[in-house]
Amino acid sequence: MSFIKPNFRHPALPKNQVGYTKADYEGAISTLCAGCGHDSITAAIVQACFEIDLEPHKLAKISGIGCSSKTPAYFLRNSHGFNSVHGRMPSVTTGAYLANRDLIYLGVSGDGDTASIGMGQFVHAVRRNLNMVYIVMNNGCYGLTKGQDSATADTGSINKEGGVNQFAGIDLCSLAIELGATFVGRSFSGDKHQLVPLIKAAMAHPGFAFLDVLSPCVTFNNNKGSTKSYDYVREHIEATSELDFVPHRDEITINYQEGKSVLAPLHDGSLLHLHKLAPGWDPTERKSVISLIQTSRTNGEIPTGLLYLDTHTRDLHEVMGTVKEPLNALTEKELCPGAGVLKEINDSFR
Amino acid sequence: MEPTNINDPEYFHKVVDCQYACPAHTPVPEYIRLIAAERYTDAYMVNWESNVFPGILGRTCDRPCEPACRRGRLEKEEEPVAICRLKRVAADNKGEVKHLMPHAPAKGNGKKIALIGGGPASLTVARDLAPLGYEIHLYDEWHKAGGMMRTQIPAFRLPESVLDEETGYILSMGGIHTHFNCYVSSMREILGKGYDAIFVGTGAPRGRDLDLPGRKEGAKNIHIGIEFLANVAFEHTHAIGKKVIILGGGNTAMDCCRTSRRLGGDEVTVVVRSPFSTMKASPWEIEDAQREDIPILNNMPPKEFVVENGRLKGMIFEKVRAEYDDKGRRTLVPTGEPDVFMEADDVIIAVGQDNAFPWIERDLGIDFGKWEVPVLDKRTFQSTLPHVFFGGDAAFGPENIITAVAHGHQAAISIDLFCNGKDLHNDRPAPTTNLVRQKMGIHEWIYDSEVVDDDRYAVPHEEKVLALSNRKIEVELGFDAKTAFKEAQRCLNCDAQTVFYTSRCIECDACVDICPTSCITFTVNGDEDDLRGRLTAPALNKTQDLYLSDLLPTGRVMVKDEDVCLHCGLCAERCPTAAWDMQKYLYNVTKATTIL
Repeated sequence: MSFIKPNFRHPALPKNQVGYTKADYEGAISTLCAGCGHDSITAAIVQACFEIDLEPHKLAKISGIGCSSKTPAYFLRNSHGFNSVHGRMPSVTTGAYLANRDLIYLGVSGDGDTASIGMGQFVHAVRRNLNMVYIVMNNGCYGLTKGQDSATADTGSINKEGGVNQFAGIDLCSLAIELGATFVGRSFSGDKHQLVPLIKAAMAHPGFAFLDVLSPCVTFNNNKGSTKSYDYVREHIEATSELDFVPHRDEITINYQEGKSVLAPLHDGSLLHLHKLAPGWDPTERKSVISLIQTSRTNGEIPTGLLYLDTHTRDLHEVMGTVKEPLNALTEKELCPGAGVLKEINDSFR
Repeated sequence: MEPTNINDPEYFHKVVDCQYACPAHTPVPEYIRLIAAERYTDAYMVNWESNVFPGILGRTCDRPCEPACRRGRLEKEEEPVAICRLKRVAADNKGEVKHLMPHAPAKGNGKKIALIGGGPASLTVARDLAPLGYEIHLYDEWHKAGGMMRTQIPAFRLPESVLDEETGYILSMGGIHTHFNCYVSSMREILGKGYDAIFVGTGAPRGRDLDLPGRKEGAKNIHIGIEFLANVAFEHTHAIGKKVIILGGGNTAMDCCRTSRRLGGDEVTVVVRSPFSTMKASPWEIEDAQREDIPILNNMPPKEFVVENGRLKGMIFEKVRAEYDDKGRRTLVPTGEPDVFMEADDVIIAVGQDNAFPWIERDLGIDFGKWEVPVLDKRTFQSTLPHVFFGGDAAFGPENIITAVAHGHQAAISIDLFCNGKDLHNDRPAPTTNLVRQKMGIHEWIYDSEVVDDDRYAVPHEEKVLALSNRKIEVELGFDAKTAFKEAQRCLNCDAQTVFYTSRCIECDACVDICPTSCITFTVNGDEDDLRGRLTAPALNKTQDLYLSDLLPTGRVMVKDEDVCLHCGLCAERCPTAAWDMQKYLYNVTKATTIL
């Protein structure tokens, strides 16, 4: 088994605007099972970061526990990282985010880490509208402990041992919308064409961006009867839209079709262009999105793409009116402004 | 694009760049692995089967394999594996090999073959045919076999002992009658001796001369390169003047200048008429000459030999620069600078050599074409007289030893087919191929799949003062076993092929994601140019094939650009369904005699 990836790369690899090749966004070689969907998501993150010309030190990757939460070791080796406690990724991210709003926060979690042990943390991160990207690598099972059904496994899905899941699966997208998430998407590890622009858009979105990515577990949940296998997902997937992410530096040359397209400018000047495929659905209308998800569920379809988007959003810092500078950049001058300021404050209460 | 037919023996052969580039198609990665495993004797025999002179070629080969080596394409500064010098390691460290080689059978097959010339081509024919019971008669004008390997390659590059050993293996097989010191002056005479087939391997024995003013007057101190080298090799020439000019920029010129340095030439200068960058000599031979303090002056065509009182004083050279027209054709234009006079006690002319067949009468039915070269079938080496065959430099003009060996193998097959009344084209044996899984465990391969970063290791040289003191002291010392291992590990094992099974693929993208050199793409099919432009990394090197699968369930195909594949096996390691497999491809040119 190879533990080290060879150092040679394709000699004609293109460089992005900050002078890096895709290889500069890679991490260590994966120790996940061969064929794991998580590795594809990893590759999509690498691709997205390369395409948005990210300087690796401007991103922090934070994870909990599980197969999914191992992946930050496999991408962005030059970024900040914190592999935290099971289900506690949102708390750690909240802390980091409050201390420094200048970084992009990429939280990586799994269905167990989010929908079971971390559920209490997850809902509050959504509710507080942290400016972060929250990716759930969702395989419907506990791969690290030999494939037991997880809380996102669909009712009736058959696991590798032949057991039929009797419980209702939690739909994380519906939940996120319900709790006020401002960017909600679903995708499939096997569809980078859709996933890469989604990740890029999520990183540009100024609030809580949630991505539920179906990621087949080749070892424990890729059997016939499973609703999270490569074959099943491919057969039942329904792209609701095609998404273009147009960075702010590029000229906008989009063929906008009234009623068919949604154009959403983002705060950094970039633009999301959503070309709708699903009928009777408005991605800016919560009710319509919930309805789409429920209808699809009844019809046995898996709607993917950017499902819900609200660009008029106030993130946690704005709501709380916190200081703009990172805490570690504050000097004694700002932290101890002196007796004069104290007097002013006291006077204001008199 | 159509799906790739991997059953075509040439498809995977082409992926093994070194082997494909080798005229004899020696299975390079196979013997490099054996060297790494310290199985030197086996490595030697793999070579011997294919190229007959591993010890000689390990020192003197023109190495067409090395510029082809995939490693040289990986990065700008990356150099190919030192294939040639690794071959020498096998020869230097091997054990007893004679018992592994075939012999002539006790009873012959009743057919008689004449080989004219005792160089690499003829010796290869002898090796391939003697074990089949042919009675072989080898004619050479010198007193030992080896041909140009003995007369034109100086002893400091190729010790006589190595030559004697490897020519000896062939001559001692039995069934080979040598006629040394026997210059064949008439083909008619040979034809009259009733041979069943005749092979002409007489090389390109005529060194070109330069008809310039003063050539005749200074004749005593003006020498033809290959004649000079032969005279030194056979110890007719022992010394040369202090100041020597070598004219010419090929490998013979390099051998002449370095030989001169060892025979008393203190100020030896090479002068070439055209730019340095267009010199024909191999870069490593140029380097070796420069290391021995031999300046190489370029853009100076010779104009005149200056002779005073019947004695050579030097040469006059013009000064030119190269200009290229739209079609890339070169003309040398005088710069207008004054001519240069250079003093010289001796001048050696090494400006090329030609085939020459003054001994073949032109009324025998052997046709000659333009430039006095024989008319031959390019594949069978048969001349217009059906039982006369040509090979080596005698066939198509000066090439190199390894090409002569390749010719010899093919000529031997032709002669054997001819003597058995078979068709030389239709009955020619196909190459043998073998494709074997390399899997040893879930994620383990039989071969060392790890790709090392090491730079190419340099072969150590003898101390310069010592090397220049005696022309018989070998300059290159060869790799020691430790360095040889490290150099061998640089080989990418390109014969460990990435074989793709469409029916097993679940399109999980794991191979695309892991491939360090971005070789693999899953996309919709298109024509080749279109596909090359939209792969994960653009496939700009059109000399390297695209490997295309059948249609996959999602309507896409797998496309692999073979160009910079590291053969690291990661695609196969990360494949959950073994749709990728690493399989060792052994391609072997069939010889008249099966040896291994």
